[in-house]
Amino acid sequence: MTVKRLRGLLLLPLVLLSGCHLALLDPSGDIARQQSDIMLVTTGITLLIVVPVLVAIGVIAWRYRASNKQAHYDAHWDHSPSLELLVWAAPLLIIIAVGAITWIGTHQVDPYRPLSRVAPGKPVAADVKPLEVDVVSLRWKWLFFYPQYGIATVNQLAAPVDRPIQFKLTSDEMMDAFSIPELAGMIYTMPGMQTMLHAVINKPGQYQGFSANYSGEGFTDMRFTFDGMSQQDFDSWIAKARASGGTLDLQAYEQLRQPERDVPARAFGSFEPDLFTRILERCIDASQTCMSQTMSGDAMQDMHNDNAAPTDAAKPDGMQAMAKSQAALFVAHGQPADPRASAKH
Amino acid sequence: MLEPITHPAGRSLLFGRLTLDSLPFLKPDLEGHIVLATLVGVLLGGLAILGIVTKKRLWGYLWNEWFTSVDHKKLGIMYMILGTVMLLRGFADAVMMRAQQAVAFGPNMGYLPPEHYDQIFTAHGSIMIFFVAMAYIVGLINYVMPLQIGSRDVAFPFLNNLSFWFTFWGAITFMVSLFVGDFSTAGWLGYPPVSELQQGPGVDYYIWGLQLSGVGTLLSGVNFVVTIIKMRAPGMTMMKMPVFTWTSLCTSGLIIATFPVLTATLLLLSLDRYVGTHFFTSDFGGNVMMYINLIWVWGHPEVYILILPIFGIYSEIVPTFSGKPLFGYSSMVYATCAIMILSYLVWLHHFFTMGSGADVNSFFALTTMIISIPTGVKIFNWLFTMYRGRVHFTVPMLWTMGFLFTFTIGGMTGVMLSVAPADFLLHNSLFLIAHFHNVIIGGVVFGVFAGVNYWFPKAFGFKLDEFWGKASFWFWQIGFWLAFGPLYIMGFMGVTRRLSHFDNPALQPYFIVAGIGAALIALGIGSFVLQIAISILRRKQYAVGGDPWNGRTLEWATSSPPPGYNFAFTPNVHQRDAWMDMKKHGYQRPLEGFNDIHMPSNTAAGVVIGVLSFACCFALVWYIWWLAAASFVGVIVASIVHTFNYHRDYYIPKDEVRTFEHSGNWQPESQGANA
Repeated sequence: MTVKRLRGLLLLPLVLLSGCHLALLDPSGDIARQQSDIMLVTTGITLLIVVPVLVAIGVIAWRYRASNKQAHYDAHWDHSPSLELLVWAAPLLIIIAVGAITWIGTHQVDPYRPLSRVAPGKPVAADVKPLEVDVVSLRWKWLFFYPQYGIATVNQLAAPVDRPIQFKLTSDEMMDAFSIPELAGMIYTMPGMQTMLHAVINKPGQYQGFSANYSGEGFTDMRFTFDGMSQQDFDSWIAKARASGGTLDLQAYEQLRQPERDVPARAFGSFEPDLFTRILERCIDASQTCMSQTMSGDAMQDMHNDNAAPTDAAKPDGMQAMAKSQAALFVAHGQPADPRASAKH
Repeated sequence: MLEPITHPAGRSLLFGRLTLDSLPFLKPDLEGHIVLATLVGVLLGGLAILGIVTKKRLWGYLWNEWFTSVDHKKLGIMYMILGTVMLLRGFADAVMMRAQQAVAFGPNMGYLPPEHYDQIFTAHGSIMIFFVAMAYIVGLINYVMPLQIGSRDVAFPFLNNLSFWFTFWGAITFMVSLFVGDFSTAGWLGYPPVSELQQGPGVDYYIWGLQLSGVGTLLSGVNFVVTIIKMRAPGMTMMKMPVFTWTSLCTSGLIIATFPVLTATLLLLSLDRYVGTHFFTSDFGGNVMMYINLIWVWGHPEVYILILPIFGIYSEIVPTFSGKPLFGYSSMVYATCAIMILSYLVWLHHFFTMGSGADVNSFFALTTMIISIPTGVKIFNWLFTMYRGRVHFTVPMLWTMGFLFTFTIGGMTGVMLSVAPADFLLHNSLFLIAHFHNVIIGGVVFGVFAGVNYWFPKAFGFKLDEFWGKASFWFWQIGFWLAFGPLYIMGFMGVTRRLSHFDNPALQPYFIVAGIGAALIALGIGSFVLQIAISILRRKQYAVGGDPWNGRTLEWATSSPPPGYNFAFTPNVHQRDAWMDMKKHGYQRPLEGFNDIHMPSNTAAGVVIGVLSFACCFALVWYIWWLAAASFVGVIVASIVHTFNYHRDYYIPKDEVRTFEHSGNWQPESQGANA
């Protein structure tokens, strides 16, 4: 309740001033809203000390101006244990409060954490599976895979309202930040690495998405649209994408990854199933070794080297287990360790 | 990937990859014309200056009294001049960005293509930090700190000269990129992959310019620490040091601990670029995350390297103009030391959004917030120093008031950003831009202006003009809020940084207001230059004695400007605020009984090594290997030759000392505002 009031208080002058939507103060997705709430509450607590200090600066400076001979002047007063206790304790208390909220909040809205609710008081139903979207940032456009629907899109993203979304993100070459301020806080995309974001959109509408991390000359145009829509609209959106045809295979991806500015939105009716993993593991080119393979190879090699000592009995099971666990460390979320192995099936 | 360096195509043995095509001012496009106009301006200005210097026969004076000088005061002044010149360059970049963002909406793409705009924001950031803020900080410490501790010079006077020339030639390396080749587009921290993928000399200019100035800064840090530890006047125990000296010590400690990290990180980046290693590439085991961690391990302490000495300046100014000692001296010292230690533990807050996980993010969020406690203590201590005081609102004090208001708000937005969940929303937005300008302008820049207005009379023997000082102050205050207030608001709309073009026309009014703010700041800078020019013209009228402000610390105990040897007799310190204590006890400056004074000699070695280092850096940028090798050998040889220079000290005869002590600009009785 207090958050709401605070929000209203903060929003009123700003809205009057701007005529623009202050997305960060009144976002449309539950995760962004929680983050915004945390921001507002902690700002409110900080203001408890900042406002008195700002007032005190003005009051003290005015009262003790040299021309005011009425003010008490004490040329030697430079120490007061009780005041010093106060000046350390007051900010400390504020920071304890802000810190506690931050600690809890950071864990609550951790982008890796699957959602437990879609809105305040609306827990995720047990039978609802999150919408999976695999995101690749390219120079300078966004590629989205919908593995549950078999389609892929460029620079356009859609999701049904109130359905949890699970993003897995990586980058082709640059370091970007996947950002839809109305939906949730941003997350970096990095080549050879996978980050995750869980979020949900609560209001239908079209929202702006973009990269929030500079990546060279086409960065300014690296934008996409994000549509929050009803389930029916989403289904027809998927059907339309599927009908648009075209397959995103290795050749098409090779084309797509070439640097381009200001790319229009488009869709692919289907895509090569292991493509995201191969982008992630940096083995698009058949001559490249996938990273998980390299890692398991390294692990085997290490085992071999260790086993050179005669006291160490060779334990093939252990070797495999270790290789597996290393690969698993890398691909944390259950993809096949070697995508080409699975692709053969 | 970069073309392999061994590939000789298009390279000559003599000029490496430097060709006529590398000269942007020969190109017939808009950018070419802008650069050409700038070049003509610089050449005309430079020729005019050279002409005046030659006509007035100043070369010998400049060489003997300034370029080869090892006097910390002259080096300090040269740093301040360098900082001011670079401020004009960095600000010109800022104006170009503001102009671009104010017009580039919808069909209008603005006048700067992205690849040019990207160079400008990169140059703006790196110049403002490395060659404006750092030059000012090192300059002020250089000038003031040895005087405050009653010393004759820094511990290693030649090294001090060398540091200056490294910094100077580092700045020149940046400036040359304007006219020969291009500059980095990778942002002020040179993040890969952009800095790995950019072809051409731009990133290499960035790397070698920073390497050169970084070494200079590191040597300054070593010099200051040794000076403060070893060369304090008798009786000045650590807890009797002026707070500015304390903050200089902590800053120098930070420099020593972190600048090697910067050097190493840039070295790894240059290995990637020059010999094809894979530290920060995407393939072959390289990782960009490593660069970003490493650069911020230096980068965050760097922020405190800038702000700590500035806190020291305010801690000198507030007591002087409140007519009472600093409130809570020990608190202030402990707070400074706490900030110094904590600043190592917060670097990850620059990339909460990298996905490190909740535990890691929480840890760094908390350490970041904890820094605001000692910082808050400092604000309170300045407030309580004014409390029960007699506050004189001179120009230095006005800047301090501006700082207190602005920095407190900047501190609050900093705490907002430190709240990791909020940072996921605010990161890289214009809110962040507004925040760090809020603390760097509101803290560092205001502090430098406060310090310049405060210590200028000490350095030159006359005060700065009040009217233009106040004009500069008000232009800056209003200009700052107009320039960055809109950025705070647009941050809440989710507008991100470094965009060169916008689709949403609703944003344009904000950028126009920000542009007007920048114009007001331009007037503020203009007023500052005018203030100095007018004061020089009226120097007779504004002349003051040794202690114009009724100062409290030892720098006010000597003449204005001080003699080369600073103090004829090293003062004995009994109390904090040593000079106030001496005045209270009826100190009489001795006028007889002088001894010869042992001083370090000037040397040309710093100039020579500096020029050779610049030649080496320029050659490395352009792959002119013969020149790189020759100048590198030259640096080594010049350094070795310098070690055989046995004429490194001399004595000022006591008669000369006596003459100065009887004729110098003393008038120790206060004429200041507090009289």
